[in-house]
Amino acid sequence: MKQDNPNEILNDVTANDYKYGFVTDIETDIIPNGLSEEIIRHISEKKGEPEWLLQFRLRAYDYWKTLEMPRWAHLTIPDIDYQAISYYAAPKTKVAPKSLDEVDPELRKTFDKLGISLEEQMKLSGIAVDAVMDSVSVRTTFREKLAELGVIFCSFSEAVKDYPDLVKRYLGSVVSYRDNFFAALNSAVFSDGSFVYIPKGVRCPMELSTYFRINAANTGQFERTLIVADDDSYVSYLEGCTAPMRDENQLHAAIVEIVVHDRAEVKYSTVQNWYPGDKEGKGGIYNFVTKRGMCKGDHSKLSWTQVETGSAITWKYPSCVLAGDHSVGEFYSVAVTNNYQQADTGTKMIHIGKNTRSTIVSKGISAGRSQNSYRGLVKVLPGAENARNFTQCDSLLLSSDCGAHTFPYMDIQNDSAIVEHEATTSKINEDQIFYCNQRGIPTEDAVGLIVNGYAKEVMNKLPMEFAVEAQKLLQISLEGSVG
Amino acid sequence: MLKITDLHANINGKEILKGIDLEVRPGEVHAIMGPNGSGKSTLSAVLTGNPAYEVTRGSVEFYGKDLLALSPEDRSHEGLFLSFQYPVEIPGVSMVNFMRTAVNEQRKYRGLEPLSATDFLKLMREKREIVELDNKLASRSVNEGFSGGEKKRNEIFQMAMLEPRLSILDETDSGLDIDALRIVAGGVNKLKSEKNATIVITHYQRLLDYIAPDFVHVLYKGRIVKSGGPELALELEERGYDWIKKELGEI
Ligand SMILES: Nc1ncnc2c1ncn2[C@@H]1O[C@H](COP(=O)(O)OP(=O)(O)OP(=O)(O)O)[C@@H](O)[C@H]1O
Ligand SMILES: [Mg+2]
Repeated sequence: MKQDNPNEILNDVTANDYKYGFVTDIETDIIPNGLSEEIIRHISEKKGEPEWLLQFRLRAYDYWKTLEMPRWAHLTIPDIDYQAISYYAAPKTKVAPKSLDEVDPELRKTFDKLGISLEEQMKLSGIAVDAVMDSVSVRTTFREKLAELGVIFCSFSEAVKDYPDLVKRYLGSVVSYRDNFFAALNSAVFSDGSFVYIPKGVRCPMELSTYFRINAANTGQFERTLIVADDDSYVSYLEGCTAPMRDENQLHAAIVEIVVHDRAEVKYSTVQNWYPGDKEGKGGIYNFVTKRGMCKGDHSKLSWTQVETGSAITWKYPSCVLAGDHSVGEFYSVAVTNNYQQADTGTKMIHIGKNTRSTIVSKGISAGRSQNSYRGLVKVLPGAENARNFTQCDSLLLSSDCGAHTFPYMDIQNDSAIVEHEATTSKINEDQIFYCNQRGIPTEDAVGLIVNGYAKEVMNKLPMEFAVEAQKLLQISLEGSVG
Repeated sequence: MLKITDLHANINGKEILKGIDLEVRPGEVHAIMGPNGSGKSTLSAVLTGNPAYEVTRGSVEFYGKDLLALSPEDRSHEGLFLSFQYPVEIPGVSMVNFMRTAVNEQRKYRGLEPLSATDFLKLMREKREIVELDNKLASRSVNEGFSGGEKKRNEIFQMAMLEPRLSILDETDSGLDIDALRIVAGGVNKLKSEKNATIVITHYQRLLDYIAPDFVHVLYKGRIVKSGGPELALELEERGYDWIKKELGEI
């Protein structure tokens, strides 16, 4: 378990739990189910937190108690019993190697097809990884190397201890605990996550990556990510996630906050592959996530790229607040739903500064009996002279039982704004499939190719290391969807 | 290698093929001619297993196998290739990725290991030369934005990559300029051997000047109404189809 051997670390992180569906058999420290002030004090105490953070949690909890779960999304969300969830689970021991033989054969078959794993790609490129298992950050790699440049990349808990001023200054500054139901819940019970600080003028030389894993049963995962890019800095950040196959649903309610200062740039990429439930819609992760970045500085830039293939239900709108003049926000999304999956995802672009620009490219791909919605808001405030937005929103249907929906909202309060919206909906083209078939390519692979081609504009935005994995995921998540 | 017996097929409930009989042996070139809408493309679609068509009667044997019982991809793996009259565009899918998938699927069917990236690219280069396909085209998305002629050339390039036992060329000459016709037809000839066979669907003798047929068939209203040697094509070129209709007692 050497900190400086990336291969070994990646093997640890991944050979054990990346094969997605299985449960890692380790001793876990789980607190009793339920949510109360006492539980929150307990979590805070376990983590040895300072008083100000406990108070932050308690304020969030008090506020959360006054809220109802949001119902406005185009989703059917079963009632969630928040008292039946354990809010803290941590592996007691280090993760031990796990034989693949114990994995469900069907799942194994599926992931054999993955071929080159994300991990191998990472090995080649030396990405710094933070692995979060259940509630606790297992290990952060390359810390020393990054520290030489003044880059801070560590678990959230460590950041609270080692960099309290930075955390205090930025925590909740973009996503207030009052933002929404799940943000309040997360603020009350969040257990860990990642913290990134890029100092002035530093281009982070490697991709930073957090790998999230839910393992324990009956637990929720509530991590927080806070990224601060100081003036003239740059960072590309990747997030991956998987969970075991379980019959019951598990809740994942995360917060990602990003602050981008003058002329800084942050690229945030997600390949979301939480367990989606089985073919009948049983089990799967409820992925209710609040992600938002503040382009605080002039000429700052924030770019979200997401490939969403997992989760039973996804509720997620990575957004950009374009406060700085000339700041730029981008959102590139591929959301795939199959079987009984539901996704309501999109973005908000809030133009506040002058000459701010935003681009939205959303590719929704629906199969089976799934429901896939794009929901986006473009808001131009009165002071945002010369704001520009371009939105392209495409839906591809692979079955006649699935649903694709588009909910674009616009709120334009400045006449100089130019806002363009294009949308298309199409069915997968039978002629393309037959053309592939004639060349010897079976329909499932043909669909994989065609869908990847369809999503290429977004896939191209992913860092190389993620793109290969993401392409295979798209293909696999659509297996059995046509025919 | 191919034996079609009393083949009937529908599209959307409408009968298009009304009893086709045809036998093709290794080393042969058969030309199928016939007026627009007579069912030539339908025949190629039915043979390659396009699911839009329904076979209502008859049988097709391909190297002793019941062709109609095979999936479209397995027909391809067995060595049946169609150069489409209207090649399909697949945006965002690179020719390299597409062909690599196709070649490796075929190899898998035949129990061979997938080609390494290097070997594959070498094969691409080699085969591109046969039809003088521009490297720029080979690095673009499948047929996307290709001109009519480029698409046809790309079809024969794919044929070269897959080395089929039986190729059906559906109006491969249409859209090709004079030089391209010579090059593409030359490519087809280079791929010809004692072991494989070609069915050439065309309206014009100009293609048959390059690819000399052993047999010429006239398809009319879903039936082969006349067969002959190469001279039949010359006669059609000169006289059109009216004399055949007359023979059939239609005029
Ligand atoms: N989807 C369809 N529904 C109904 N009729 C169809 C359909 N597709 C094709 N047809 C008809 O089938 C007949 C045969 O068409 P086919 O394309 O096989 O002709 P062809 O001999 O290849 O003609 P051409 O020389 O113009 O290429 C035509 O009358 C055509 O209109
Ligand atoms: Mg035709």
